Amino acid sequence: MNWQDTLIQVLIILGQSLALLVALLIFIAFILLADRKIWAAVQLRRGPNVVGPFGLFQSFADLLKFVLKEPTIPSGSNKAIFLLAPLVTCVLALAAWAVVPIAQGWVIADLNVGVLYIFAISSLGVYGIIMGGWASNSKYPFLAALRSAAQMVSYEVSIGFVIITVLMCAGSLNLSEIVEAQNGRFGFLGWYWLPLLPMFVIFFVSALAETNRPPFDLVEAESELVAGFMTEYGSTPYLLFMLGEYVAIMTMCAMGTILFLGGWLSPIPFAPFTWVPGLVWFVIKLCFMFFLFAMAKAMVPRYRYDQLMRLGWKVFLPISLVAVVVVAGVLHFTGTAPQ
Amino acid sequence: MSVAAAFFYLFAFVLVASAFMVISSRNPVQSVLFLILAFVNAAGLFILIGAEFLALILVVVYVGAVAVLFLFVVMMLDVDFVELRQGFLQYLPVGVVVGMIFLAELVLVVGAWATGPGVASAVQSAPGGIATESNVRAIAAVLYTDYIYFFQAAGFVLLVAMIGAIVLTLRHKVNVRRQNITAQVTRSSTIEVVKVRPGQGL
Repeated sequence: MNWQDTLIQVLIILGQSLALLVALLIFIAFILLADRKIWAAVQLRRGPNVVGPFGLFQSFADLLKFVLKEPTIPSGSNKAIFLLAPLVTCVLALAAWAVVPIAQGWVIADLNVGVLYIFAISSLGVYGIIMGGWASNSKYPFLAALRSAAQMVSYEVSIGFVIITVLMCAGSLNLSEIVEAQNGRFGFLGWYWLPLLPMFVIFFVSALAETNRPPFDLVEAESELVAGFMTEYGSTPYLLFMLGEYVAIMTMCAMGTILFLGGWLSPIPFAPFTWVPGLVWFVIKLCFMFFLFAMAKAMVPRYRYDQLMRLGWKVFLPISLVAVVVVAGVLHFTGTAPQ
Repeated sequence: MSVAAAFFYLFAFVLVASAFMVISSRNPVQSVLFLILAFVNAAGLFILIGAEFLALILVVVYVGAVAVLFLFVVMMLDVDFVELRQGFLQYLPVGVVVGMIFLAELVLVVGAWATGPGVASAVQSAPGGIATESNVRAIAAVLYTDYIYFFQAAGFVLLVAMIGAIVLTLRHKVNVRRQNITAQVTRSSTIEVVKVRPGQGL
C-alpha cells in the first residue's frame, strides 16, 4: 500500500469520525433539553421554554454562556491536572463511540473486541473525576472524588458479569455480531432483554451508577458536598465535564440498545417495518433508553452511600455471578450455545 | 516508514519517557498518573502486535481498577517527599548495585532465550491458524484446555489472598446499629400510599 492510499484512508476515517462527532453532539444538545423537560413534566413544571420554540435552543444558549464566561482556576490547585481532568472526561467519553455500530455496517472501527473496548474506556472515565477532585485542592471535591472512585469501580464489576452473560448467548465480542445474533423470527421477543430480563435490569441500574446519574449521583450530591468534584469548576471546563457525563450516558444507552434491544434491528421482522433504515430504529431505542434514565432521575430519591455499596456488592454481584453460571449451564446442556 | 512503525516509536517513546517520569516526578500523585500513561502506551504496543485482547484486559484491570485504587491510596497518604529524598545519595550505591544485578539477570535470561521444540508445530496446527483466529478464541482454546489446572490454581491463590485480606481487616463492633433493609422495606404500618391527582396535589 503506497502512501497515497494510506492518506486517503486516514482522511476517510477522519471524515467519518467528524460526522459522527457532530451528529452526536447535536443529538446530545437535544437529549440534555429532553432530560430537563421530562424532569420538569414529572414535577408539573414547564422546564426551559424561553429560547426558541418550546425552548428547543436552550442547550445552544447554555453552550454560548459557558464558552463566553471566564474560566477560574483556584490558586492552590494543581493547574495542569485541574485543566486536564475535564478534557480526559470528555475525550474518553467520545472515544467510546468509535466502535458503536449505529446501523448495519455503519461503524468507524469494527473491532473484534468492541464490547471490551467500550468497557475499558468507560472504566477510565473515573480518572477525570479523581483528577478533578484532587487537583481542586479543596475538601468537598476531594471527598466526592474518593466516593466516586469506589462507586464506579464497584458497579463496573457487575456490569462486567452482565456483559459476559450476553457474550455467552451471542458468541462474539464484536458489537455488530452481537446485534446480528439477536436477529430472529420473533422480532423484539427474540432480543436478549426478554430471556435475560434480570440481567437487563441489573445492567440498567448499574449503568445509572456508573454514569453517576440520580439516584446514584453521590459524586455531585449537592445536599452534602456542594457540587462534588465540580465545585471549583466553571465556564468551559465545567461544560466539558457536563458534556463528558452526557456522552457517557449516551454510550451506556447505546450499550443497552446493542446488548439487549437488538441494536438497529426492526422490532417486527417483516415489511414494511424492515424498510425503515436501521439508524432510525437505533435512535428510537436510544431515546427509549434515555427516557428510562430520565424517569429514574425524576422519580427515585438519592441513595445513601452505604446503601449504594450494599446494592453493588451484596445484591448485584452475587446475582450476576450466579446468572453467569446459570446461563452457561443452560446454554451448554440445551445445546444452544453458539459455535 | 509505515504507519505501524510510526505508532510503535510514538508509543515506545512515550512509554519510556513516562516510566522515567514515574520515578523522577516530585509529586507522588503525578507519579501515579505517569504510571497510568505508561500502562496505556503499553496497551497501545500490544495492539500493534495484534494482541488486542491482552491490550484491553491490561486497560480494564490495571488502568481501570488497580491503578485507581493505587491513586486512591497515594492521594490519601500525606507523603513528605522532601524528607524521603534526603537520603537519596546515601542509598544510591545500593540502588545501583541492585539495578545492575537485575539488569545482568535480564540479559542472561534474554540471551539464553530459545523457542521450545513444540512451539513451531503448535503454531502450525492451531485451528484456523493463529493469524486468522480471533484473539479471544485463541487464548481460550489454550487456557481452558492445556493449562486449566494452572488457571484454576491461580484462581485459588487469588481467592486465598482475598479471604486473607478480609479476615485481617474484619472487625465486629458490638454497639453498632445496622440497617435491616428487608425489615424496613416489608414493614407496613408506617407507610401510606396516597393517590395524587395530577395538577392538584394533596
